[in-house]
Amino acid sequence: MKIAITASGASLDAPLDPRFGRAARFIVVDTATGGFTVHDNTQNLNAAQGAGIQAAETVSQLGAELVITGHCGPKAFRALQAAGIQVVTGATGKVYEAVERLQKGELQPSTSADVEGHWA
Amino acid sequence: MKLAIASGKGGTGKTTVALCLALSADGPVRLLDCDVEEPNCHLFLKPEIRHREPVMLPVPVVDAAKCDGCGKCRQLCQFNAIAVLKGKAVVFPELCHSCGGCVKVCPTHAIREVECEIGFVEQGTSNGVEFVTGSLNVGQPLAPAIIRAVKRHANGDGLTILDCPPGTACAMVASVRDADHVLLVTEPTPFGLHDLKLAVDTVRELKRSFSVVINRADIGDNRVLDYCRAENIPVRLQIPEGRRIAEAYSRGEPVLAAAPELQEKFRQLLAEVTG
Repeated sequence: MKIAITASGASLDAPLDPRFGRAARFIVVDTATGGFTVHDNTQNLNAAQGAGIQAAETVSQLGAELVITGHCGPKAFRALQAAGIQVVTGATGKVYEAVERLQKGELQPSTSADVEGHWA
Repeated sequence: MKLAIASGKGGTGKTTVALCLALSADGPVRLLDCDVEEPNCHLFLKPEIRHREPVMLPVPVVDAAKCDGCGKCRQLCQFNAIAVLKGKAVVFPELCHSCGGCVKVCPTHAIREVECEIGFVEQGTSNGVEFVTGSLNVGQPLAPAIIRAVKRHANGDGLTILDCPPGTACAMVASVRDADHVLLVTEPTPFGLHDLKLAVDTVRELKRSFSVVINRADIGDNRVLDYCRAENIPVRLQIPEGRRIAEAYSRGEPVLAAAPELQEKFRQLLAEVTG
């Protein structure tokens, strides 16, 4: 399974970026192979509005089936749902730690957005 | 003559000044409450509303059977209101600015527009003042569409006073952009000065004639006056801080009833900016 994690850096030991739509980067980890790819999110980072929606489109195009992030607003959540992508919110720490915790079953997908839009 | 009352900083006294001017004017006068996210002029005027109509905006709807997910609509949309998810265009109407471009670029004619109610406009009279107000529904972002609807109800001769929304963003610009003169109401505090400078930059960019009213003029410091002097901006009126004024405002009573000595000053101000 491919997992997209919001990251403030470009490696697996980078801190997780708490924002979804305006995350610095997405790191996509393939749990089958352990390999990962890094994707810049500068374009959405600077969007006037709709960053979460476009970020959902980005991770959908990257083939992710699940997103791990800190917070996810209502429009991003709707977009991820429409793309059939599960969302884990409330994650902290480093990117590889989040993946490990997910695999141990310590992180559960959310059923709704955890913040209002424009919470930051 | 269109006279816009704007500020930058909120809570400086735009509504107070707009109401005092409207109630001091000789001859026909119209008051437009353009602060459609939090309209409040009606609380003081208590107008008799004789007309109310909804404000509608077209938003796109995608026929998923016809959409082939090409993404042309999404590329065109400047407001990120469309995403292509699982090979289909998905619309987020709360971000849509109703430009209609997505309908035009769709090669498979999968997008049509439906009218969506975003708020309303009301029209009435009170004490000889023609009154128009608008209200944007909660959760809707497009205040300028309601403001334009309010302004459409205000054609004709005579004096039109616009009570504008705070800030210097789209809603404020939509309100002041065609005004013959803009009165910027501020207060002599660092915050008041900071936002006054932003408002001055905005009305200069819009090439509007403008001047300043300082409310609660005896609090704070002299920096607003110094700034206006340095920038050659006329200060038309300084309204003193007064408990009577605040109390009347808090009860929804016209400030002029509590401070009748201000009426002559507002008449003079009107004569200066409309003359």
